[in-house]
Amino acid sequence: MLANLLKNRRAFAGVWFALLLFPLVSVAAPRIEHWTTPQGVPVYFVRSDSLPMVDVRLLFDAGSARDGATPGLAQLTGSLLSEGADGQSAETLARGFEDVGAQFSAGVSQDSAYLSLRSLSDKARLASALDGLARILRAPDFPEDAFVRERDRQLLAIRARAQSPGEVADEAFMSALFGTHPYAHPVDGNAVSVGALTRDQVRAFHQRHYTTGTALIALVGALDRVQAEALAERLAGSLPKGEALPALPPVLPLDTSRRIDVPFPAQQASILIGQPGIARLDPDYFPLYVGNHILGGSGFSSRLVSTIREERGLAYSVYSYFMPMRQAGPFQMGMQTKLAQGEMAIGLLEADLKRFIAEGPSEEELAHARKNILGGFALRLDSNRKLVENIAAIGYLGLPLDYLDRYRDRVAAVTREDIKRAFAKHLRPETMVTVVVGGPQATEQGDAQGKQP
Amino acid sequence: MSLSGRLVSGALLWVACLLPVSAATPVVHEYRLENGLELRVLPDHRAPVVTSQVWYRVGSADEPGGSTGLSHALEHMMFKGTQTLPPGAFSRVIAEHGGRENAFTSRDYTAYFQTLAPEHLEIAFRLEADRMRSLKLDAGEFAREIEVIKEERRLRTEDDPEARLNELFQATAFVSNGYHHPVIGWMADLDHMRVEDLRAWYARHYAPNNAILVVVGDVEPQAVLGLAKKYFGALPSGELPSRRLRRDTAQDGERRVVLRAPAKLPSLLMGYKVPTLVEAPESWEPYALEVLSGVLDGGEAARFANRLVRTGLAAGAGAGYDPMAREGGLFILGGTPSEGVEPLKLEQALRGEIERLRNEPVDPAELSRVKAQVLAQDIFGRDSNFYQAMRIGIAETVGLGAASLDAYLAGIEAVTREQVQAVARKYLIDDHLTVARLDPLPMDVSARPVASAQGGTFHAR
Repeated sequence: MLANLLKNRRAFAGVWFALLLFPLVSVAAPRIEHWTTPQGVPVYFVRSDSLPMVDVRLLFDAGSARDGATPGLAQLTGSLLSEGADGQSAETLARGFEDVGAQFSAGVSQDSAYLSLRSLSDKARLASALDGLARILRAPDFPEDAFVRERDRQLLAIRARAQSPGEVADEAFMSALFGTHPYAHPVDGNAVSVGALTRDQVRAFHQRHYTTGTALIALVGALDRVQAEALAERLAGSLPKGEALPALPPVLPLDTSRRIDVPFPAQQASILIGQPGIARLDPDYFPLYVGNHILGGSGFSSRLVSTIREERGLAYSVYSYFMPMRQAGPFQMGMQTKLAQGEMAIGLLEADLKRFIAEGPSEEELAHARKNILGGFALRLDSNRKLVENIAAIGYLGLPLDYLDRYRDRVAAVTREDIKRAFAKHLRPETMVTVVVGGPQATEQGDAQGKQP
Repeated sequence: MSLSGRLVSGALLWVACLLPVSAATPVVHEYRLENGLELRVLPDHRAPVVTSQVWYRVGSADEPGGSTGLSHALEHMMFKGTQTLPPGAFSRVIAEHGGRENAFTSRDYTAYFQTLAPEHLEIAFRLEADRMRSLKLDAGEFAREIEVIKEERRLRTEDDPEARLNELFQATAFVSNGYHHPVIGWMADLDHMRVEDLRAWYARHYAPNNAILVVVGDVEPQAVLGLAKKYFGALPSGELPSRRLRRDTAQDGERRVVLRAPAKLPSLLMGYKVPTLVEAPESWEPYALEVLSGVLDGGEAARFANRLVRTGLAAGAGAGYDPMAREGGLFILGGTPSEGVEPLKLEQALRGEIERLRNEPVDPAELSRVKAQVLAQDIFGRDSNFYQAMRIGIAETVGLGAASLDAYLAGIEAVTREQVQAVARKYLIDDHLTVARLDPLPMDVSARPVASAQGGTFHAR
């Protein structure tokens, strides 16, 4: 309820989502210990004794990008994991966690699926919580009644998306950017596909995607190395044996610009402009990150906020970001403004982007961004929750273990020329997708569908 | 939705006894400057980071009719320059020092925060002290910012049927107190707001003797006190209006309201008038209501998950209660019916769950589960400086005080099955109930053109 009561001055503007990783400034980066369990599962561990609690995060190569011809299958599988396992009902499993105050959750994104457990670290409580997690890893039952119910709930969630202009814009945008690539469809799929899913498909998906070959374990908390190894081995030992999956196909660049207008009963136009950006391991990650910080990634310090909000009062939230994924994720600029101002706003966003690609930032802007990013590092890793999410991402994306230690130097080394070159290389203003949701007209301009392998 | 929102970082000996791994018991250091500024410091040395928050004892509930949204609009303007600093300088300086900053307004308070490295705490203090008494409130800046606020309202409320339903629900449940209107204000009031109104609101409420400075993180209390004196100590106190505690008109009968709006799914909100920690006939009652909400919605083993969602009746259902609301409480139930289920059927099921709580005591296992969750959440909450500072700030601004947080765990621990049943019988009755329902209209744009917000009210379309 609390969130509903608060009115934040800013929306979620220009965020690099879960992949924000920053270097330490005045203190050493947390020591990430890494090993592989006898079952072959990689483990990333940071010891943190100051609170009597443990965070466990497992990632699996079981995201919606693995849906294949059945969009929504990964999501449904993920939501069914805790709906009955190893002979225990959903209620019994939940009691096992909640009777000891532990918190379990699971979720699915495009690149991965996660299971997360937060528990007090004393032996009895932790053991009870881990017992439930091990059952879920070992043998989800996918009961028929739960399958039908969760499928129906997913169908309803898909319908609910259609009453949110932001969600409608997202769906149209991702579809236009990614064409036939598996990043194109929403994580929860579409009504036709989900309506046709069967329990056997869920079982088969689970069998292939939740195994020792697709898993990663991240641990943060009041454990010593010996305890952490035993815990990880127990969890890995609960998983079926399996193989790693082939890499996802690369994302192809767009070959033409497109404008998509979606009619919607709203007072505002929800605007998204963008194109495929970069994969997380792209060598231009740092210049693009620092550059975008200046363009639209740093809230009130950014150019887009200055142009759209501070100078003209056109929008509450305006941002840009790259979301680098295992393959190229989107670059996007976004905002909402009352319908009559939509076209003006689009013109301003496009002009800011073009100018930034052509001229890059000023030295002063770069110096400011550097100070903010370097000085703000400690804020990104100041809780066990942030730590466990970050080390899981480092492992999953294949970043080096000393990534945090070297990060500072790499940010500091970015020059104006690097930013100009990287933006010019990766962004092409002549092949942007523009989505506008809101208002009465449905139009589609542009001469081709996005092509993807 | 239920328990997680309201837990505290209090220190009780028995917590340490229960936990084999001892958690250092946090102690909030309390100070008061001569000009009336209250200072609360909670040291937490887990990371080289500090959160600094300035809380003012003013929120939307203090606003008079016709002038709703003043507190929130003033919060926006606090970033638009002072007598000595140009607009935007606040954010720029904090950013240059690697900090993050923002602000939020609620019904009972307005708060500003910065999170940064402890060596830069001084900068946050200097900037906050500057804008506590020397805000510029420039007419041109206001003319632009009020448009931003209207866009915020369009984004968060006008174009979101569930948010519109909630606004209507609150306005129906609360008749005569400050919770009747939304925090952001009615659009019509935003249309009429003038910079002079904000100047008066600022002069009336922004003074050191109406503020609480909360600092949580890698700091030493004495050093923070020294800095607070250095930067805030010279600010003059203001003459404050006495803060009224407006009780809502007694509710003597069920209220029902319907919102018809373009949407895909129906939705239901139900709320019973209940007391809060700020004012309860019996001090244990708010704790019993907290436990009750945990029994209904405290996780996947709770009753709503088992009896409403897993039975296929609801696609989602929740219960929640804010025990720290200053002007009165609402015990809220809500949900979205499953495909093919009439909203009325879900309403009957929700009422059935309340009926059951009135008729039979909760299971001992349910009671101990809720208590275990509260105990664990008390530890988990310490993983975040911001969360800990929030608890302190809310407790202070609603008049309970940071020390009251220490009583929270014991208050929950002492709740009995009989007490849970007693509050259900006393408060969760039809005469105290408000029901709001969203009836979806087709989302076909041409069939139903959307009214412009120009001069319109919330109920216009």
